[in-house]
Parts: sequence; structure tokens; C-alpha cells
Amino acid sequence: MAVQREARSALLDEALGPGGPIVVFDKVSLAFDEKTILNEISFTLKTGHTKIFLGASGAGKSTILRLILGLLKPDAGMIFVNGDRIDDMTEDQMMHVRGDLGMVFQEGALFDSLTVRENVGYKLFEESKVPFADANHRVEEVLGFVGLAEFIDRQPSELSGGQRRRVAIARAMAAKPRILLYDEPTTGLDPITAITIDEEIMKLRDLEGVSSIVVTHQLRDAFYVAEHSAVQDGDRIRFDRATPDKADEAEFIMLRDGRIAFEGNATELREVAARDRYIDAFLS
Amino acid sequence: MTLLVEWIKAALLEVQEYFIMVGKTARAAVTRPFYVRDIVEQFEIIGIGSLTVVLLTGMFTGMVLALQSGFTLDQFGARSMVGRLVSASMVKELGPVLTALMVAGRVGSGIAAELGSMMVTDQIAALRALGTDPIRKLVLPRILAGLVMVPLLTCVSVAVGLVGGWITTETQLKVASGVYWNSVVMGLYMQDVWMGLIKPFFLGFAIVSIGCHVGLRTSGGTQGVGRATTNAVVASSVAVLVVNFLVTKLLIVLMY
Ligand SMILES: Nc1ncnc2c1ncn2[C@@H]1O[C@H](COP(=O)(O)OP(=O)(O)O)[C@@H](O)[C@H]1O
Ligand SMILES: [Mg+2]
Repeated sequence: MAVQREARSALLDEALGPGGPIVVFDKVSLAFDEKTILNEISFTLKTGHTKIFLGASGAGKSTILRLILGLLKPDAGMIFVNGDRIDDMTEDQMMHVRGDLGMVFQEGALFDSLTVRENVGYKLFEESKVPFADANHRVEEVLGFVGLAEFIDRQPSELSGGQRRRVAIARAMAAKPRILLYDEPTTGLDPITAITIDEEIMKLRDLEGVSSIVVTHQLRDAFYVAEHSAVQDGDRIRFDRATPDKADEAEFIMLRDGRIAFEGNATELREVAARDRYIDAFLS
Repeated sequence: MTLLVEWIKAALLEVQEYFIMVGKTARAAVTRPFYVRDIVEQFEIIGIGSLTVVLLTGMFTGMVLALQSGFTLDQFGARSMVGRLVSASMVKELGPVLTALMVAGRVGSGIAAELGSMMVTDQIAALRALGTDPIRKLVLPRILAGLVMVPLLTCVSVAVGLVGGWITTETQLKVASGVYWNSVVMGLYMQDVWMGLIKPFFLGFAIVSIGCHVGLRTSGGTQGVGRATTNAVVASSVAVLVVNFLVTKLLIVLMY
């Protein structure tokens, strides 16, 4: 991989290991043209866990993902990714941090001048010293993972919406990042296709140990991802109901007026919905 | 009044952003990584792609120049001097400026549309997320191609312009070939040739850098892309004329 990391002490590595914090927001604020989008937002994503961001359109969900990637800088507050403070990093320094981040953009954001193969392998082909044959093998592997092996030589324009999303997931995961960010991965897809996307997210989380942040306003998908887990069963992969402990590893955050209106697991979200009219309106 | 202040503020911000981009490009030009394949590709797109239109404009400009100056010169009984006028105008002004204007229309708009649509579909953000600096990957190759190809295209344009002038002179004005070409060479001073060779570098840089800047500042969906394309053509065409004036002035001070 192109990304080289300075050696860390074993102690820090352990602290950042399973169950440790991998993405931290501390009182992050951001305004566009005097309009406050995020107002002192704080949360922690633990390694291997899932955060699901809910919120109306324009609530600032995509903005949070852009902040994590360093595509935007906050006006105030601190952001840590993988133990590095990134909110004051330069673009060059950010390139190293991005080595461990994969992002699935809202509409896929596939490069429409490149084939599916070149899209998925972009990082390996262009930004790493991985030999071509190995990179190509990895591209075939991840396309197989998302079930699109036979589409490898297509142009993105020849794909359906759901296929584009899956290629975007394949591209995001190709370089094996430890954190994946999904921006409304199922919006605009039919329920069946949406479920296949949800299952990709679960496979990456439960079989590959990826930490994930999922932005969505499709409640059904959010609950499905939170309350199920992928289980390897011989050659096949099953999606079972998650144990309560496992389900606790997925946390919901609802954004409203620049603040966190709710934070908790799926069960708590259902309970709160019974009392809070706004959240209830959102859920139904 | 406040509107004017707002407008000036916005314009200054735009200029500042432009120079930031140019600075980053300069840094990208001297540090690794280089995207060699993209650089080669842009040389082809900008150079070969503009050839037809440059050939046509050069040819017809040379032809009409010969025609017009032929009639003017007739009033002084100096029709045989037509080559001088054609070569002096083509080499110093019309070759560089018309080539640059055609490239602005074709390449400036194309770059703005391409980068603009990459911007509004998040492809630029995706590039950055995948660890690529869009300045290195997209802007530098285009600017290098502009710097190299616009001068070359200008040479081509001047050459076919002179040929166009020769065709008209021979067929319409009935001046002998030898007389025409002799006069062409007579009309050229070394300074003029330098002027014609130096200016296109500045014009090419202006066109492509403005196209890139406008493209990368695009927002507002497909409508925004349309606006960006128009703005790029307008801004780079005006820039061609302004930069042409400034560089001409500078070169006159330095060389003549
Ligand atoms: N680059 C920008 N400039 C100005 N306003 C922006 C920009 N990006 C986002 N916004 C505004 O910030 C708000 C939050 O945007 P976003 O995070 O995309 O919301 P969503 O929750 O729908 O993903 C919106 O009102 C949007 O108009
Ligand atoms: Mg969004």
C-alpha cells in the first residue's frame, strides 16, 4: 500500500485495538455561510463497531463523513481517526490517514471515464506499489465479494443503480481499509436490492472486522444492519439475528438542528420513538 | 453600493482561489508523484483534438488577410508587398490570438465541463478519498498540455495561414509565388518571430488554468456545470485578449 505509517508504541496500538476508539469527534462545530450545520457534536466509534447516523435531509450527515475524510475542516473541535488528530492536518498528511478509510459516496461517485475494473482497482493501480497482477487479483476478489465478477469490463454507465452502489463498495474496500463510511448506500434502491447492500455492509463488518459508519434515512435498512450479523457457514454466508451483545455494537445517532437528538442502540431507539413525536415521525 | 462591495469581494476571492490553485500546480510540477499516463493523454486530447479547428481558422485567416491587404495595397500600387502584411499579422497577432481563442472555445469549455461534472458528482471528492491529489492528477497534466500544445498549434496555424495567403495571392491577386514568399520573409523580423513564439505559452497557460479553476469551483448540479462551461469560455477568451495585450506590451519594452 502507498500508505506508510510511523511506528507506534505497542501500548497505543493495544489501546486502539478491538473495542478501542477508532473515530472520535470532540465538540465539533461547523457552519456554512453563518448557517450552523454541526453544533458541538461529540461521539466515539469503537473498533469493529457500527454507527448509524439518522437525520432529515440537510441535517449534516454527509458533512460528518466529509470531516472524517478531511475533505472538510471543522470550525472548532477535534477529530481523531485511528489515533491521529486530523482536524489540523494538511492535505498531504491527510493522504496517509485516508489509507485506512474507505468511502461509499451518496451516488457512488464512480469515475465515469474508467471501467469497473479500473474504478475498483483505482487505489491499487494508481496509488500503491502493489504489482499489477496482485492488484488485478484483488479487484476480481472484491468484485466477487459484491457479486459483480462478470461486470468487470463494463463502463459505470452500463450499470444499474444498485450495481453502481455495489461497485462503489468494492472500490472502497479494495485496499482493505479498517474503517468504511457509507453515505446513504440504499437510498433510491428497491427493497430487494437495498437488502443486498445491507448484507455487503454486514459481511464487511462481521467477517472482515471493518468498523463502519452508515448514514441513512431508510429505517428498515438501519435496523436490519444493526440487528443482524453475517455468519460464515461453510461456503455460504448466513444472516442471523444478532445476539444482544452483538446488537449493542451498532449504535444509532440522530442529528437534529446541528445537535445529537438521540444516541443509543436499536432497542432504545424503538423505546424513545414511543415517547418522542419527532423521532416517531422519522421512524414511521 | 453593498451589491458592488459584495461583487468585488467575490471577485477578489475568486482571484485568490485561482492563484492558490496555480501555486499548488507549480508545487505539483516539481514534486512527485507524476501521473505520466494522464499527461500523455492530455497532450493528445488538447493537441491533436484541436488540430482541425486550428487548421481551418489559420487557413481562412491567411486567405482573407491576403485578400484584404491586396486591395488596400493596390491603392498604393504595392500589391507585391502582400506577403509582408500577411506574415507580419499572422506571426505577431492573428496566429497566436486566433489559435488561443479557438482553443479557449474548444478546450477551455471542455475542461470546465469535465472537471465541473466530476465536481458535482463527487468524483473529485472520491479521488481525494482514494489518496489522489486532483491538482496532480487532473490540473497539472492539462496545464502542461496547454503550455506545450498551444505554441505548437500556433505554429501550425501560422504555417497554414501563410499557405492560405499564398493561395489567394496566386489565384485572386495574380501575384507570382516567388514574389509572395520573398515578401513573406522580408516582412519578418527576428523580434516578431520571438513575439509569436513566446505569447502562446502565456495564452495556453491562461486558457487551461482558467478552465481548470472554473471547473473545480463548480457547484449546483447539472445547471452549475452549464454555468461553469459558459463562464470558462467567456473568462478564458477575455483573458486571452488581456494577456495578449500585456505580454505584447512587455515584449515590446524588452525587445524592440
Ligand atoms: N460546501 C458547502 N457549502 C455550503 N453549504 C453546504 C456545503 N455542503 C453542505 N452544505 C449545507 O450543509 C447542510 C448539510 O449538508 P449535508 O451534510 O450534505 O446533509 P445530509 O444530512 O442531507 O447529508 C445542507 O443544508 C447543505 O446545504
Ligand atoms: Mg447527504
